Amino acid sequence: MKRTVAEAFACRGEVRFAELSILFLLALPLFAGPATVIQNATILTITKGTFHGSILIRDGKIVEAGEKVLTPEGARVIDASGQYVMPGIIDCHSHIAADSINEGAVAVSSMVGIEDVLNSEDPDIYRALAGGVTTANILHGSANPIGGKCMVLKMRWGKDVPGMIFEGAPPGIKFALGENVKRAGSPGGGFGATPGLRYPATRMGVEDVIREAFLRARAYQKEWRDYQAQVDRHESAVPPRRDLQLEPLVEVLEGKRYVHAHCYRADEILMLLRVADDFGFQIRTLQHVLEGYKVAKEIAAHGTGASTFSDWWAYKAEAYEAIPYNAAMMVRAGVLVSVNSDSAELMRHLNTEAAKAMKYGGLNETEALSLVTINPAKQMGIDRRVGSIEPGKDADLAIFDKHPLSNYAKVTKVFIDGDLYFDRDKDLEERPGKALRKKALEDKLKAQEKKEKKKPEQPEKRGEDPGGPQ
Amino acid sequence: MKPLIAVLFAAASAAVFAQSPGAIALRGARVVTVSGPVLEKGTVLLRKGLIEAVGENIDLPKDAWVIEAQGVTVYPGLIDALSTVGLPETPAPAPPARTPAAPAFGPQGPVEPLEQGPQFRPFTTTWVRAADLLNPADSRIEAARSAGFTSAAAFPANGIFAGEGAFLNLSGQKQGRMVVASPIGQYATLATHGFGTYPGSLMGVIAYIRQVSLDAGHYQLAVQAYASHPAGRQRPNYDRAVEGLLESPRLLLPADSAVQIDRMLRFAAELKRPAVLYGGHAAYEIADQVAKSGVPLLIDLKWPERAKDADPDQPESMRTLELRDRAPSTPAALEKAGARFAFYSGGTAAKDIRKALKRAVDAGLSQAAAVRALTLSAAEIYGVADRVGSIEPGKIANLVAVKGSLFDEKAKIEYVFIDGVKYEPVPEAPPGERGEHTEPGGLE
Repeated sequence: MKRTVAEAFACRGEVRFAELSILFLLALPLFAGPATVIQNATILTITKGTFHGSILIRDGKIVEAGEKVLTPEGARVIDASGQYVMPGIIDCHSHIAADSINEGAVAVSSMVGIEDVLNSEDPDIYRALAGGVTTANILHGSANPIGGKCMVLKMRWGKDVPGMIFEGAPPGIKFALGENVKRAGSPGGGFGATPGLRYPATRMGVEDVIREAFLRARAYQKEWRDYQAQVDRHESAVPPRRDLQLEPLVEVLEGKRYVHAHCYRADEILMLLRVADDFGFQIRTLQHVLEGYKVAKEIAAHGTGASTFSDWWAYKAEAYEAIPYNAAMMVRAGVLVSVNSDSAELMRHLNTEAAKAMKYGGLNETEALSLVTINPAKQMGIDRRVGSIEPGKDADLAIFDKHPLSNYAKVTKVFIDGDLYFDRDKDLEERPGKALRKKALEDKLKAQEKKEKKKPEQPEKRGEDPGGPQ
Repeated sequence: MKPLIAVLFAAASAAVFAQSPGAIALRGARVVTVSGPVLEKGTVLLRKGLIEAVGENIDLPKDAWVIEAQGVTVYPGLIDALSTVGLPETPAPAPPARTPAAPAFGPQGPVEPLEQGPQFRPFTTTWVRAADLLNPADSRIEAARSAGFTSAAAFPANGIFAGEGAFLNLSGQKQGRMVVASPIGQYATLATHGFGTYPGSLMGVIAYIRQVSLDAGHYQLAVQAYASHPAGRQRPNYDRAVEGLLESPRLLLPADSAVQIDRMLRFAAELKRPAVLYGGHAAYEIADQVAKSGVPLLIDLKWPERAKDADPDQPESMRTLELRDRAPSTPAALEKAGARFAFYSGGTAAKDIRKALKRAVDAGLSQAAAVRALTLSAAEIYGVADRVGSIEPGKIANLVAVKGSLFDEKAKIEYVFIDGVKYEPVPEAPPGERGEHTEPGGLE
């Protein structure tokens, strides 16, 4: 079962990246840039075993990883003796780097997208890097049954917004079920509650909203198909009005956009899988999915991934039935599982979040690390590019001073596309200078403020000058 | 026939320019034409509200009243490139009523498309025209004039699509006389009005603007198709919201930080509508990108400062500090990069404009570029450079005369001309008192 699911995910990725791979192979000999070699490290490839050796990087890609790798002349050598290299960590659920998260005023907000509000200056990007994260799925919030479009980013700190976007990553959309969603329809419902009350107020209503939205999406799809047929028959026709709310849902129906659905309870998970079956689309991942262990077989049978917390629960009624064995149990049932953060803080130590699945559920090291690398990569449809250390993949790498599954491990360096984006030593070294520069600027601005304040009093003061006594 | 028309015209202009002479000459002034070279001892000849001639050696007609302007620098009248001057302060529009059939997906009844048609256009008044709202008695007109402004691009400011702006001459004359051009653009904001009303988030507002823009394109198509062959076709619904957008020659979008400027430049390119960005304080970070985009930037002369009630113990981020330090260097960076930009007063009191301008000049902006940004560049951005913005024959006689240089904070503004009519600045009055001002047309 597990293989089938994995294959299903891999196949989808293959089509998308086939072109890119060919381009890459063609481009390689033509644009061979300077090489980087990371030497003497313990290399956790995730998919090709663990060994002591080196990694050769060129033009942003991993060229070779092995026990004996020839160092080309002029290559930049990074000695990682005693250190551990793993693929850059991938977070399948994050809300950093965006200036707004929830469009909660409507039950279906598929017209909005995180891409429109990305903020490449959010310091959480750098902090995530410092935790070894190189890629994250930036999701809309969970205020409504059908939320906004999400965006896959690489943590290329210092780049502008277009420079952060994971080029070619399949588009996605957020769905949400349960308490957050129906709260806006409950009188006095707390966060997200709207004065006028917003449908739905119950889990039944949530299902209705999703079904109704897809009925409308189908009608909209037909409208465009009819128009296309008219055009094909060379009849003159005015194209239908573009509806930005329904367009992403048509893409979901056509398998062109991944659904990442926030959920908790087993019953609502099964409900969503049934709705998806009825409309003929797939739920790409269930997010949080704290009761996933109860319906793991059903989730696996649908080829749906699960992205969960390690041990974060009981923050609301629907999060009470959670167990820390959830991730491991779902893995054993053949579900493609990842562990996510949903938090700018948790995001900085996803390696130890993954490690908890070894204590609770007995996953082995590779299985545990897969939860934050190759598995989320598959869930996001980017596993041809990232998620493991293999020749041809992006050189997105995190170097730890100790084994990344250890509580004591610290990130020393992080590479994205072969470029160094985080260097712990450099960061520490630069801190005093940065503090000084900031202090100097603060003083300069304070002095300016003082000068501004004084100005109106100048005439009086002039009168008091020794040179001009009254 | 011809003499009759001439007589009628003379009568008409006499009515408009009561007590004004046939022509006025400013003689011996330093003339900063902006479009051409600076004349050290130049003369500007005005007639019937227009500039008739400018030069160092021009023959003055016999009927010209001469103003000796030695020691005075004459610039084209300053333009406030974004303002609400002359417009009433209207409260923000109320959020649309939440009816069962509106944004929610009611289980009953036919499914209504969301946000379609005027009734589902929240915070949208694209059709409101500044030119129609004008109040010539607005005291801000006089204050702006006293600071050397002869024109302003005035826009309604409430809502997401606030309405259509007008290019005004700040004469305080009759409404119709003040309007130089209308509509000159659509003023958009990215304001949200609470979590409970769509759009309730920044991304919601952006998505909403995108949808309205697409609807406008579709509406145009549908209306044209119907007009060409109405028989047998479904009639498109009249939609004043998109009508207002369609008649606006450009869309004004807010952007202050580098992230916002980058975001709005990409958004404007996507909308395929001519755009102008306003705010622009952090554009020094991405001046080259702004230049490359060709999108003009209106820079707020209200430079960022620490909030008066800021907690002194609350540390500010390096980014905030840098912005406050470097925002006044934005115009210089844009000049260097070759970007198009103009200035607007923002929250700056008219009397503090020159102080704010000086900070930009101290930060490296050339004086020539500073004057241009306050005159011809603003006119170009709004497509009225054929009428205002420089001292050239044929253009509207909008001038400002400064005793000395505009860049000397203490130099007095002697008088301004608007439509060829002379105004003297109101002396700065203590709060509560209103200064007297010279009536238009009066010459001592």
